[in-house]
Amino acid sequence: MSKGTNKASNALNELRDMDELANGDSPIHRLHPLVKFLVTIAYIYFVVSFSKYDITGLFIMLIYPVLIFSIANIKVSTCFYKLRLVLPLVLMVGIFNPIFEGRAGVVSMITLMMKGTFSLMASFIMVATTPIDGLCAALRKIHVPSILVTLLLLTYRYIGVLVREVAIMTDAYKLRAPKQKGIAINAWGSFLGQLLLRSMDKASELYNSMQLRAFKGEFFYASQRGLNCLDVIYLVACIGGFVAARFINLTETLGGLFV
Amino acid sequence: MIKFENVCFSYENGTQILKDLSFEISEGETVGLIGCNGAGKSTLMKVLLGLLPHEGIVKVSDLELNKNNLEEIRRKLGFVLQDSDNQMFMPTVYEDMMFGPLNYGHTKEEAEARVDEVLEQLNLTYLKHKYNHKISGGEKRMAAIATILTMRPKVILMDEPSTALDPENRRRVINAINDLNITKIIASHDLDMILDTCDRVILMHDGKIIADGKTEDILRDEKLLEANHMELPFKLQGLREFI
Repeated sequence: MSKGTNKASNALNELRDMDELANGDSPIHRLHPLVKFLVTIAYIYFVVSFSKYDITGLFIMLIYPVLIFSIANIKVSTCFYKLRLVLPLVLMVGIFNPIFEGRAGVVSMITLMMKGTFSLMASFIMVATTPIDGLCAALRKIHVPSILVTLLLLTYRYIGVLVREVAIMTDAYKLRAPKQKGIAINAWGSFLGQLLLRSMDKASELYNSMQLRAFKGEFFYASQRGLNCLDVIYLVACIGGFVAARFINLTETLGGLFV
Repeated sequence: MIKFENVCFSYENGTQILKDLSFEISEGETVGLIGCNGAGKSTLMKVLLGLLPHEGIVKVSDLELNKNNLEEIRRKLGFVLQDSDNQMFMPTVYEDMMFGPLNYGHTKEEAEARVDEVLEQLNLTYLKHKYNHKISGGEKRMAAIATILTMRPKVILMDEPSTALDPENRRRVINAINDLNITKIIASHDLDMILDTCDRVILMHDGKIIADGKTEDILRDEKLLEANHMELPFKLQGLREFI
């Protein structure tokens, strides 16, 4: 949809874009979702575990997202665009460090910002290369309770339903109030009430449809498959790389090779 | 195949929607449920599917509809919803079609074989890996029918299958319905479609069955239709002199 459409339609399109991105075809997309999930967790763990003054050590960790973006054919700009609402929050973490710690605080602030940004990039990579039901299947494989996984999946689907209803209702509102910017405050009560009723109605129809197709609270994921050799190699290589980056001073070692 | 004996349904506030309905549908029949808005067509279908509670007796293949038999009965029935968007909740057509068979315990290979078979049967193979939000309304309706057929139901129920379709897609849906060799129950206001697809019609009004008989007989009865806020099918309106 074009930029002229309402914000809810744009949000819906962004959700759909993410689904399409996740269903792409690249060596990273083809990896087992569980492997991608574990690698992401490991990456975030190692990034967070760096000392708050170790900027150079942390820089090495940038290799992983950059490499994966390139293999998965995902533009880095797409990542930053999709994360545009969360990134400022992450960047605000540690903003007071310079006040409390002086010059060292600037370093720790930058490190914290880097940690947050890198973690978000890794999470984005996982979401952008793994369909939601693949992720849920991975969570079930590590014995996350079915109810939690189903809740996650249905919440994700419900967001789509809710946003679609918002888009329809805002369009209907705007067409009858062309001179207004947004929705007038006095209409918010009935707007939200209607939205709740309509989306509940839709959600219950969806649930009926699932029930009639024998859904009993447990999703059977069509995309499920077993682990293969490549998955294991990827897992071991990534975690090995993270351990090396964390415990060996790679920047110094690499620098020593040339100086 | 399907039997309703003195079936009633009321909302909690006491509003009675279905009033003492009794009828039978034999195996292989195609039955049209017609009636004005609020006549009780969709409610009747939801009662049959066990989505709404009821009084009286509902039987499917001699099994009485109750909590114990619900799963077995639902296995025999497939329901195509009025709004395909509510039916197609997975991202792609393929995933949606796999949903039912996988839930019924079929292996991925078996489910996939069913998906391919149904897509071929309905000439929809090209839709297999398409995103649900990227296909047209007509394709979505056909895909919704396909998702139900992968479960190989003995009876297919359709709620307004021709609404919001252009003539070509409407014809496509009609042809697909006619090609299905199972028991079919179709609730619709599109009397021309009912004329093209059904052998028998049940006319409802205000929760009651007003007429039950051959499609030709009921849909040519202008007085009966008008008395129940309906009109002759367009196809027959031009042939008034022959009626």
